Amino acid sequence: MSDTPVDSSKRTWIITSACAGAVGGVATAVPFVSTFQPSEKAKAAGAAVEVDISALKSGEKLTVEWRGKPVWIIKRSPEQVAGLPALDAQLADPKSERKPAELTPEYARNEHRSIKPEIMVAVGICTHLGCSPVDKLQPGPQPSLPDDWKGGFLCPCHGSTFDIAGRVFKNKPAPDNLEVPPHKYLSETKLLIGEDKA
Amino acid sequence: MAHEFKDISPNAATGAKVTNWFENRFPTAFDAYRVHMSEYYAPKNFNFWYVFGSLALLVLVIQIVTGIFLVMHYKPDAAKAFESVEYIMRDVPWGWLIRYIHSTGASAFFVVVYLHMFRGLLYGSYRKPRELVWIFGCAIFLALMAEAFMGYLLPWGQMSYWGAQVIVNLFAAIPFIGPDLALLIRGDYVVGDATLNRFFAFHVIAVPLVLLGLVVAHLLALHDVGSNNPDGIEIKGPNAPKDEKGRPLDGVAFHPYYTVHDILAVCVFLFLFSAVVFFAPEFGGYFLEYNNFIPADPLKTPSHIAPVWYFTPFYSMLRAITTEMMYVLIACVALGAGYGVFKSRLPAIVKGAIVVVAAVAIALMLSIDAKFWGVVVMGGAVIILFALPWLDHSPVRSIRYRPEWHKYVYAVFVIDFIVLGFLGVKPPSPVYERISQVGTLFYFGFFLLMPWWSRLGTPKPVPDRVTFKPH
Repeated sequence: MSDTPVDSSKRTWIITSACAGAVGGVATAVPFVSTFQPSEKAKAAGAAVEVDISALKSGEKLTVEWRGKPVWIIKRSPEQVAGLPALDAQLADPKSERKPAELTPEYARNEHRSIKPEIMVAVGICTHLGCSPVDKLQPGPQPSLPDDWKGGFLCPCHGSTFDIAGRVFKNKPAPDNLEVPPHKYLSETKLLIGEDKA
Repeated sequence: MAHEFKDISPNAATGAKVTNWFENRFPTAFDAYRVHMSEYYAPKNFNFWYVFGSLALLVLVIQIVTGIFLVMHYKPDAAKAFESVEYIMRDVPWGWLIRYIHSTGASAFFVVVYLHMFRGLLYGSYRKPRELVWIFGCAIFLALMAEAFMGYLLPWGQMSYWGAQVIVNLFAAIPFIGPDLALLIRGDYVVGDATLNRFFAFHVIAVPLVLLGLVVAHLLALHDVGSNNPDGIEIKGPNAPKDEKGRPLDGVAFHPYYTVHDILAVCVFLFLFSAVVFFAPEFGGYFLEYNNFIPADPLKTPSHIAPVWYFTPFYSMLRAITTEMMYVLIACVALGAGYGVFKSRLPAIVKGAIVVVAAVAIALMLSIDAKFWGVVVMGGAVIILFALPWLDHSPVRSIRYRPEWHKYVYAVFVIDFIVLGFLGVKPPSPVYERISQVGTLFYFGFFLLMPWWSRLGTPKPVPDRVTFKPH
C-alpha cells in the first residue's frame, strides 16, 4: 500500500458514483427481469371454459383444459358420496381447512367438496410437485394402494393418494387436497369453470 | 508487457519468416502457447484418471458443434417442437446422427465429469492452493446440470414436459417467494410455450457462455497453481527438485507429452462413444427415455416419471425427505449442537450462538413442509461439494498415503452414490425409501463429518519425489 494520505473528497465521490451506477444497473435490470413474467396474452388465456355435462353418467370422469391444466368433472354415485365421511380419519385435511382461499372456494367447503353433492370439480394437478394423478376409481386391493381402497386417485410421481373428493390421505408427500377451481352452474347441465361470480 | 520487434534474416526460410511476421504482431498468442502448452510442466506420473479433463473439453466441443447444427432445424415452439425433432430424425439428411451424437454427448459429459471429479476426490486435487480450481469446477458442474435440465425440455416429449413441471414446482416449495418464483421461471401458469422458448434461449446461448467462461477460469487457475498428481506432491514448490533453468525435474511439457497421452484417450473414448451412438443411442431408456417419444400432454402424466440417470442420485435424496425423515434430521441437528456445546472447547459466546442457530433450525424444520426440505437437501448435496477444500483435514493429499481404511470409506461413498442413482430411476416403494434415507444420511455424513474422520489414523510416509517408472 502507498503512503499517500487518502483524499477523502475523492473517495466520497468514488463511493457516490459507484452507488449511482449501482442504482442505474438495478433499474436497467428491472425491465429485463420483468420479461420473465407471464405475458398479457398468457394472463388473458385464463378465460373461463363452458362444459356441457348432460352426457356424463354416474361413475364417469370428464377432463377439460382450463389455463393449461386438466380440470376433472366426476359424477359420483350417491353411495360414493355417502361413504365420504367414513374416510375422515385417514385424511390429512378432511374438512378442507388448509389454505381455503387457494384450494377450496366457500361453496365447496363441505364433506363432498362440491356445489352439487354428486358432481365433483377439481384441478387434476397433485399439490406435491404438479404431476397429474391417475384414476383409481375401482374400489378394492390393487398395486400401490391399500387393500381397503374405496376409489380415488393415485399420483404416479411420488405416490400421493386422494379420495373421490380430491382429499389427500395422511403421510403422503402431497400436503394439500386437490384444488377446486372457481366454477358455477349456468344451467342444470352447463358448468362454467374459471368463474364463480354471478 | 511490451514486446521487442524482432528482425529476421532475409535469407531465413519462408516458414520462419511467416512465424516471425505473426509473432511481431500478435505476441500474446505465442506467449499463451508457451505458458499453456509447450512450457506448461505437468507432473510426469499422471495415470489414466487424468484423461477425463481433456475428454470433458472434447465433449463440450462436440456438444457445441452438434448443438449449432440442431438449432438450424429445431423449432422452439410448443406446437412444433416435438414434430421438428422427429423431422430432424427422419427427414434431415444425417440429422439422426447429429441428434444422437448430441443426446449421447449429454450423458457422456456427465460420465467424464463424474470420473473427473472422483479423480479430484481420490488425490486431494482440491487442497490448498487449488481451492479455486475446484470451486470453478463445481460451478461448471452446476452450470452443466442447468444446461442438461433445460435441454431436456426441448424435444417436448412427455418426460420433457413432466420433468420440467416437477423441477420447476420444486422452486414453488420455497416459503413466501416460491409460487411467484415458479411463475417467473415458467412465464405462464403451467409449463408451456413461454417456458420452452426461454429454456431454449438459456440452453443455446446463456448457459453455454457461462460454461465457457468457467472452463477458461478453471484452466487458467489450474495453470497458475500447477496440476496435482496421484502422489499429491508439489513438483513446483520451493523444495522440489528443478533443473538449471528452474524447470521441475518431475514435470514434463504438456505438449507434446500429454497431448499425445490424451489423444490415445480420445481414441478410446470415441470408440466407445460411437458404439453407443450407432448401436444403442437410447441406451435402454437411460439416455433417451421411452416416454419422451410421446408428445407432451399437459393433461396426462406418464405412469412412471424419473429424471435422466445423471440426476437420479440427487433426485433420490429429494424423495428421501419425508415427514418421518424430518425427525431424523432434527435429531441430527440436535446431536450436532449438543456435541458442539458439551464436548468442544469453544468460547461461551460461540456455544450460545450454536444453541440459538440449532433452535431456530429445528423450529423451521418443524414448521415448514418436508417438501421444501427435500429441495434444500437436493440443492445442498451439490452445494456441499464447494466446501470440500475446507472439510478435508487429512495431513496428506493423496489416497495413496492415507490410512488403509480411508479407501473403504471412499468405496462405500461410491457405492452409496450408485445405489442412490439406481433408486432414483425406480418407482417409489417403502423399502427403497428407507434405503435412500440411509444413503442420504451417509452422503451428508461423509462430507459433514470429514473434518473429524479425515484426521484419524496414521498416514503412510509420503516420498519426496513422485512415483514414476520410465517405460
